Amino acid sequence: MKRPAWRPRLAEGTAPVLAVLVALLIGLAIAGPAYDSVEGYLALLKRAAPLMILAIGQYFVIVSGGFDLSVGALVTAGVVIAARLIGGDESATAWVIVLVLAFGLLVGLVNGLITTKLLVPSFIVTLGMLLVLDGAVFLWTDGAPRGALSTAFRQFGRGSVDVPLLGEVPYSVLILLVVLVAAAVFMRGGTGRALVAVGDNEQAVRLSGGQVDRLRLLAFVLSGGLAALAAILLGGFAGVSAQVGQGLEFRAITAVVLGGVLLGGGRGSVVAATAGALSLEALFTLLNLLGVAGALESAVQGVIIIAAVAYASLGSGLRHRLRPRRATTTSEPRDPRQPASTP
Amino acid sequence: MTGTSVRLTGISKSFLGVPVLRGVDLELAPGEVHALMGENGAGKSTLLKVLAGVHRPDEGRVEIDGVAHTFAGPADAQRAGIGIIHQEFTLLPHRSVAENVHLGREPVRRLRVDRRRMVRETGELLEWLGEDGIDPTAAVSTLPVAQRQVVEIVKALATDATVLAMDEPTAALADHEVELLYDLVRRLRERGIAILYVSHRMREVFDLSDRITVLKDGAFVVCAPTAELTSEDLVRHMVGRDLSALYPDRARPEDLGETRLRITGGGNARVRDLDLQIRAGEIVGLAGLQGSGRSAVARAVFGVEPFTTGTVELDGVARRIAGPRGAVRHGIAFVTEDRKGEGLALRQSVRDNTLLVRRSALRGARSRVAADLTALLESVEVVARGEHQEVRFLSGGNQQKVVLAKWLAVDPKVLLVDEPTRGIDVGAKQTVHQLLRALAGRGVAILMISSELPELIGMSDRILVMHEGRPAGELPAGASEAAVVGLATGHGIGEVA
Repeated sequence: MKRPAWRPRLAEGTAPVLAVLVALLIGLAIAGPAYDSVEGYLALLKRAAPLMILAIGQYFVIVSGGFDLSVGALVTAGVVIAARLIGGDESATAWVIVLVLAFGLLVGLVNGLITTKLLVPSFIVTLGMLLVLDGAVFLWTDGAPRGALSTAFRQFGRGSVDVPLLGEVPYSVLILLVVLVAAAVFMRGGTGRALVAVGDNEQAVRLSGGQVDRLRLLAFVLSGGLAALAAILLGGFAGVSAQVGQGLEFRAITAVVLGGVLLGGGRGSVVAATAGALSLEALFTLLNLLGVAGALESAVQGVIIIAAVAYASLGSGLRHRLRPRRATTTSEPRDPRQPASTP
Repeated sequence: MTGTSVRLTGISKSFLGVPVLRGVDLELAPGEVHALMGENGAGKSTLLKVLAGVHRPDEGRVEIDGVAHTFAGPADAQRAGIGIIHQEFTLLPHRSVAENVHLGREPVRRLRVDRRRMVRETGELLEWLGEDGIDPTAAVSTLPVAQRQVVEIVKALATDATVLAMDEPTAALADHEVELLYDLVRRLRERGIAILYVSHRMREVFDLSDRITVLKDGAFVVCAPTAELTSEDLVRHMVGRDLSALYPDRARPEDLGETRLRITGGGNARVRDLDLQIRAGEIVGLAGLQGSGRSAVARAVFGVEPFTTGTVELDGVARRIAGPRGAVRHGIAFVTEDRKGEGLALRQSVRDNTLLVRRSALRGARSRVAADLTALLESVEVVARGEHQEVRFLSGGNQQKVVLAKWLAVDPKVLLVDEPTRGIDVGAKQTVHQLLRALAGRGVAILMISSELPELIGMSDRILVMHEGRPAGELPAGASEAAVVGLATGHGIGEVA
């Protein structure tokens, strides 16, 4: 087999989401006066950055065959913990950031250990973790978070830095870029490819000498860590509340699915999943500009997730399954008016 | 209960264009035990399923008591008095015997299940069979395996079956339980039930049957009274074909190197008393019927279900292999029988599958990957649109070559191959055969498992035959099929050694 010269190649399932994204961006440019300059798009990216980072984390888990429903609650917990511990004290910023990130990694580790060692489906484990974190936050705060974030902490979510040509680029966009590039490089490498293979056929990886449990665990730890990072950005951007992370897990899953990643694992690119998150944010912005009520957001999200999965299934298996089969193996109920052929 | 006779004439059946049955005839008389024999893949199970109404034949007639029937499904066959005892048990373990016997047909009285009647009827049937030692109200899970088999049979009889088809009924039974089944089959015969008995085991067939029908490659070979056949005849009928395919030259004695793999007294839940040595450059064939432990040997060596007793030496050093990862790191490779379920990640690319072992089990040395890969895929002659094509779109032969490539990527010392050419076309088969021989030529020790005897005999430098979990004997290169089948069925070497 000849090795062809390198040429740009899109992973399967990436093209549709890029088309959707471009269409939405064009729609924004037409609908909103704010989107005729770089700043407008940078503002969009800044808003979308936490969700995109969450989508990257969610991608690792989904592509290896699991779900992480705990990330929304983890974001809330991260923000609430940071506000309480900092309490407006600037000097506490650095160690609290480290602590929040460590907390995210720890939650991911627990999710992963329970999934791989106790063999509880990740859907259940992370649902349980969601409830535990929600309850713990409520217990700790009595429903009204106390304390405040420091200015330095909030810089990550709202500050920006002057970059030649582009102007003021938000920190969150830079952080997002670093995470995205790192994730893309990771997924091109051996461990990343093995992670996808685990989602496709766990047994094949195990019989090839792979450490399936460790790879799964890694996905959860990365998801937890990235959720903590998203919490830091969101805390600065949106402020402290006990609702800051609500529903983000489903939004991240929607984004990943919109990015063409197969639920159940085994296929999809991390760049496409991130593009899915940006598309979702762009869509909500566009709907907002068009005067559609914000209350419809979750309904729109629901339609998107079903449509994206239906599209993926139609592409791979549904058509095949719907093809009429010859009735050879199934027994039809006999019409009682017709005599049976038995005498 | 009156006897029923069954006549199948000219039954043909193809799956996806592959003929599985080709004009098979079969006749069952009331009160007859009729054995159906043949190698794996001869079409025995398919014929049984045609009789059971599971498969509808493409051609041919099914006559019961002289009346032609077309079964649209298993329920039709049941109504016509045909009961099937499947190889696997179909009982619900936590329900009582009576409930299992009446499953789905519970008698109803005043809108409630009539338990008393269920128990009474079940008791009557058990008594009729002379099995009154079984309590109809006992939970199935409390019964020994042999009695569960009785319950299966009673369940079939409860539908007024007058014909029973049994698919390897002794497969799950221990030796002393087999005797109990013998008695039961004889009693059923005395009561006028016609029995179609599918089995691999020579001894059972000669002990029990009145007539024997042999199938080979989906075609009818012979039907004769058991008394007129010897076991040698039977073996000849089952394998009787010529070795026409060409295989690469075997290793010359001077090509063989040191012993690479040595197993002494290896055993686990499926294998016992295994002694096996393979030298560098040698291909050792492992023969046996399904369930004889031939695959279990490979799985044990590879650490999937490790040996619990005995020792494994690689290149003269004793190793404990606890799992696949350890096996790979010690230079063992395993091409499994189930290519799609265990060999490949089907949605991943040719490239990712080829590098799977390297990435999963080894560290470092990634820089040389690109150059390696091209040469590697060329050496196994994979035909694909490119290295980024998903392997599920490749033909079976090319998929198998990718599996081989993924192991060659780590330069194994010992290669275990289980059914390396199953489901692939003739051209690819030959490529795989040549590849295996070439690998042996480079000093790899190869253990090859195959249920295709011509292939096994054509490729192997020695053949070890397994029977019921232990080695039944070893045969030299070019042994006859009859000798292999003889050992595999526990009968002895047969007419030729």
